[in-house]
Amino acid sequence: MIHGPRYGGRGSRGPGGLALDAPGIRLREVDPRVYRQVLAFVRPYTGRLLLATFLMAVTALVSLAGPYLTKVAIDEFVARGDASGLNLVAAAFFATAVLNWLSSYGQTWVVSWVGQTVVCDVRSALFRHLQRLSFRFYDTTATGRILTRLTSDVDALNQLVSSGLVTLVADTLLLVAIMVTMLKMHVRLALVSFLTIPLIWAVLRFFQRRVRDAFREVRRTTADMNASLEESISGVRITQAFAREERNQEAFDSINEANRQANVHATAIWAMFFPAIDVVSALGVTLVLWYGGRLILGGDTGVTVGQVTAFILYLNRFFQPIRDLSQVYNLLQSAAVAAERIVEVLDQQPEVEDRPGAVALGRVRGEIRFENVTFGYKPGQPVVRDINLKALPGETVALVGHTGAGKSTLIQLLARFYDPWEGRILVDGRDLREVTQHSWRSQLGIVLQDTFLFSGTIRDNIRFGNPRASDEEVEAAARAVGADAFIRALPRGYDTEIGERGVTLSVGQRQLIAFARALCADPAVLILDEATANIDTYTETQIQEATRRLLQGRTAFVIAHRLSTIRQADRIYVIDNGRVVEEGTHESLLARNGRYAELYRSQFAGSDAAVAGESAETASRTALE
Amino acid sequence: MSVLRRLWPYYRPGWPMALLSLLLVLLGVCLGLMQPQIIRWVVDLVLQQGAWDWLLPGAAAVVLAAVLQGACRYGQRYTMELVAQQVIYALRSELYRHLQSLSFRFYDRVQTGELISRVTADVDTLRQAASVGMVNGLMNLLTIGGIVVAMLLMDWRLALVSLLFLPPMVMAVFYYATRSRATWSQVQQETARLTAAVQENLAGVRVVRAFAQEEAQVERFEQVNRAFREANLRAVRLNSFWTTTINFLAALGSVIVLWYGGHRAIEGAISLGTLVAFNTYLANLIHPVRMMGWITSMMARARAGLQRIFELLDTRPEVQEKPGAVAVGRLSGHVVLEDVSFSYDGVHKVLDHVSLEILPGQRVAILGLTGSGKSSLVQLLPRFYDPDAGRVLIDGMDVRDMTLESLRRNIAVVPQEPFLFSTTLRENIAYGRPDATMAEVVAAAKAAQIHEFIESLPDGYETVVGERGVDLSGGQKQRVAIARALLMDSPILILDEFTSAVDVQTEAAIRRALQRLMAGRTCLIIASRLSTVQEADLVVVMDRGRIVQQGTPAELSRQEGLYREICRLQLQTGAGKEGAVI
Repeated sequence: MIHGPRYGGRGSRGPGGLALDAPGIRLREVDPRVYRQVLAFVRPYTGRLLLATFLMAVTALVSLAGPYLTKVAIDEFVARGDASGLNLVAAAFFATAVLNWLSSYGQTWVVSWVGQTVVCDVRSALFRHLQRLSFRFYDTTATGRILTRLTSDVDALNQLVSSGLVTLVADTLLLVAIMVTMLKMHVRLALVSFLTIPLIWAVLRFFQRRVRDAFREVRRTTADMNASLEESISGVRITQAFAREERNQEAFDSINEANRQANVHATAIWAMFFPAIDVVSALGVTLVLWYGGRLILGGDTGVTVGQVTAFILYLNRFFQPIRDLSQVYNLLQSAAVAAERIVEVLDQQPEVEDRPGAVALGRVRGEIRFENVTFGYKPGQPVVRDINLKALPGETVALVGHTGAGKSTLIQLLARFYDPWEGRILVDGRDLREVTQHSWRSQLGIVLQDTFLFSGTIRDNIRFGNPRASDEEVEAAARAVGADAFIRALPRGYDTEIGERGVTLSVGQRQLIAFARALCADPAVLILDEATANIDTYTETQIQEATRRLLQGRTAFVIAHRLSTIRQADRIYVIDNGRVVEEGTHESLLARNGRYAELYRSQFAGSDAAVAGESAETASRTALE
Repeated sequence: MSVLRRLWPYYRPGWPMALLSLLLVLLGVCLGLMQPQIIRWVVDLVLQQGAWDWLLPGAAAVVLAAVLQGACRYGQRYTMELVAQQVIYALRSELYRHLQSLSFRFYDRVQTGELISRVTADVDTLRQAASVGMVNGLMNLLTIGGIVVAMLLMDWRLALVSLLFLPPMVMAVFYYATRSRATWSQVQQETARLTAAVQENLAGVRVVRAFAQEEAQVERFEQVNRAFREANLRAVRLNSFWTTTINFLAALGSVIVLWYGGHRAIEGAISLGTLVAFNTYLANLIHPVRMMGWITSMMARARAGLQRIFELLDTRPEVQEKPGAVAVGRLSGHVVLEDVSFSYDGVHKVLDHVSLEILPGQRVAILGLTGSGKSSLVQLLPRFYDPDAGRVLIDGMDVRDMTLESLRRNIAVVPQEPFLFSTTLRENIAYGRPDATMAEVVAAAKAAQIHEFIESLPDGYETVVGERGVDLSGGQKQRVAIARALLMDSPILILDEFTSAVDVQTEAAIRRALQRLMAGRTCLIIASRLSTVQEADLVVVMDRGRIVQQGTPAELSRQEGLYREICRLQLQTGAGKEGAVI
């Protein structure tokens, strides 16, 4: 990986670009703009949503027919002994059941379809957007956090759009329909049964915050426990080496106990919720029975036994949507937060963008110039200052200097991962900012220090930058860097899967594959950030050879760590503290006895190795062959 | 069944509470069954026959039954949770203890990520099943039985007819439960693929950009994204079909009750109140039947999880303390390997008849190419593994005769990849000696050349490192690991030299720290730096599991052999990497 900017040290990587990950952020009013943006994703499916709403209305109405028909059957036919009328009502009841079945199936299906599709679109838009965002975003935002936005946050939105929305609309409709029907059947009886509504509301209010807090505590302690478990397993070797098992057990048991208590506490609250609702519901039934009975007793001819029964049935149905809605409310809340977090990512502006009218660059010759380039990652803190560099077509330019001198920044500017504050970078005499990013980068081969390989076959990895490369070309590239032999020795050769599910390759092997990948793309300009990790001696010589092949016949910028690479360079720039301090070839710079010579001595001359190395080089090569 | 029998001891201490919970379940179900009966009685007695005096008591009885039932439900749930949580606590604690005692060989074999997710997921399903599943399962079963009996008692003919819908509904519920598990596991697979795709893209973002492959990545993601949507839709379709179908079957029951029950009422075989009660019972039946489908699949999952947990608990640690092992005091550090052979898989010998004697205070550099057996050799000392043949003796005593703790307290280990725990720096340094005083911790940090850096942090020694805290550089981590080993102050030191490159100043600081660490101890160093080798009292060169050369650096450099070859290669290629400034 190209090193991130080094400002603030490594410890400073926090939530960075995404403010909503900051600890202690409070839930506040969600910006209405967020809803608008989410609605924009839903708009293409308005037709289907209207259909779904229609089906919901049908379902709501049909499901109300049951109690009503029961009432009619009891009052009109059973009480009067009319058997044929009863048959008719039963048939009607059956018909409504079938209709209910169909409409509710249709409704769930359509809404779920819309929900899944919308969420799929959102995810797609997010991913596409992430491909455009500049490195600064990635430098300041941990990948885990971006991942969360794309997975769990989108899922939370999904829950809202698919199940949440259905429940919300369907239940509201149902609730209204039930209330209207009850009012139509008997106003006073209806009003009396509505007396339970404030009670329900009070119960919901009472539990909502307490339950939420209790479960939050459960989640927190569970997360603590999992983290502790995870760390204990990862660090088990250290634990055993330092004979620390007992102490860890105590620590774990106290977390374990906290989790137990949190669970018991949450249950103590949560287990009360449904019984409480049930009591209120029973209270409603009692009210209807008692008041209905009094009305009948008072000679109110409008009230019948069937009506009282229907009221009780309606009341039972009345509480279900209320329970559901209380859950939808939580869903809504978390979905709104999720939506906000998603929109925050979509709002990030890519820093490097193609200018309007940027032209596509043809195949370049590879003449590169940095003209008075100044750049930094934080305003007011330039990392490189007034840099002038040049590379003629086919030349190898080596950048050397201490860690943090600004070498990585220079190659990131060359790849146009950032744009300079001042000055310009010219390729074949053309300012990089006047050409499209794609046309420039597709001619660029970059080999980074930390070789990242994608899961998939070795073949796919080598042709990553040039998906149209034939199998022969892939193998030719591998042969050229000396990777062919070990690839063929693998169980499935070039078709061996690498990554988590496949074989693990050594650091050296990964580097060779990355070299082959760069070679296969046949770039006009090559950027190479040499790796510093220690690899075994045999692979090391192979990599030196591969580097030589890679640099042949193209313009190359190398952050060099190997003596052999530095010697090969046509021009060496010594970078110190963001400036070019010396320039020349290995010999001329040594002769000058300045900063380069100093670096060289501290580095390569440690135990007379520079001298010994030269003679050993030939010796070892013959030994290897 | 054997799995459940093994679970019983965990439940035993809580059995009075569990019994109480069962009683409350019974009581609650009875009360639940009473409600429709009260309504029936009110309808018949009061509304039909006009016994108005009974209206108020009847209404009050409905509320009272509900309150009592609510209290029962609350009690059963709470008491069961108490029991279940105690069971889970004990199981988890035992599991943790066991995981800490398992040998290196076990951890070589398993993928830790998988192990972690398995352990947490399995215990969690078990937790759900043990509390919610247990109580609700029992309650629902009893409720279903109770309702069926009540209906049969009221009018067996109507009961039989109206329960006709029950068998297909039960079948539908269970069919759905099995099918849906399959589709949801597909959804889970697709979720994993989606996450992996994004994760990889984010991790490799620089490579993607460097090769201008954004479009190809988007296309690849679109495929996964669509597959994910399809899997979800399949699950949703299955879910919506069966849920609505189950509802339809239930509605069918109501139709039958109305129609057949109505006819029975017209005939005068049942009262109007009975008809109403039937309707209410039927409504009360649907929920438990549905829940049973869910609970059965939960129980099945919990059982599978439990089986895996017990399997894990049954894995015996390979390295175990002998009965009667001796707790040794401070050893002097005289190490002898006697004809030791060792292999990881029982087939390929990693150490092949190795014998070696190290005197107290000697500094030994072990040299060899990758795979020559260097690391395996040193790991036998603290008994991370036991040899297949031969003996490892310290101060003349077989390490297998010592208690693990006393042995390991005598050996400090500095691994190549320093592992820091996500806690404070102080605790990380005092990891092997939690009771160390602050002064001792600071002294160790100073000797390890990390004190100044720690002091420069805002929270100093109380700074939390790791995932939830400050991220240290490789060189800083290495020095913390050195401080940790220093604080142990053990007579024997095992050091696997770091190979990753750091800048010159850090390199020098680490070197000074190591000098302090090695002074006056028996040191076994897996060397990757020539300077380390040259400063050693004894150099051991290994090749394919055997010691091929042994002697002082001066002696060895005069011999023809692997030592000279390795030195040459190291000088030639490694030159640029020691410190790697340029």
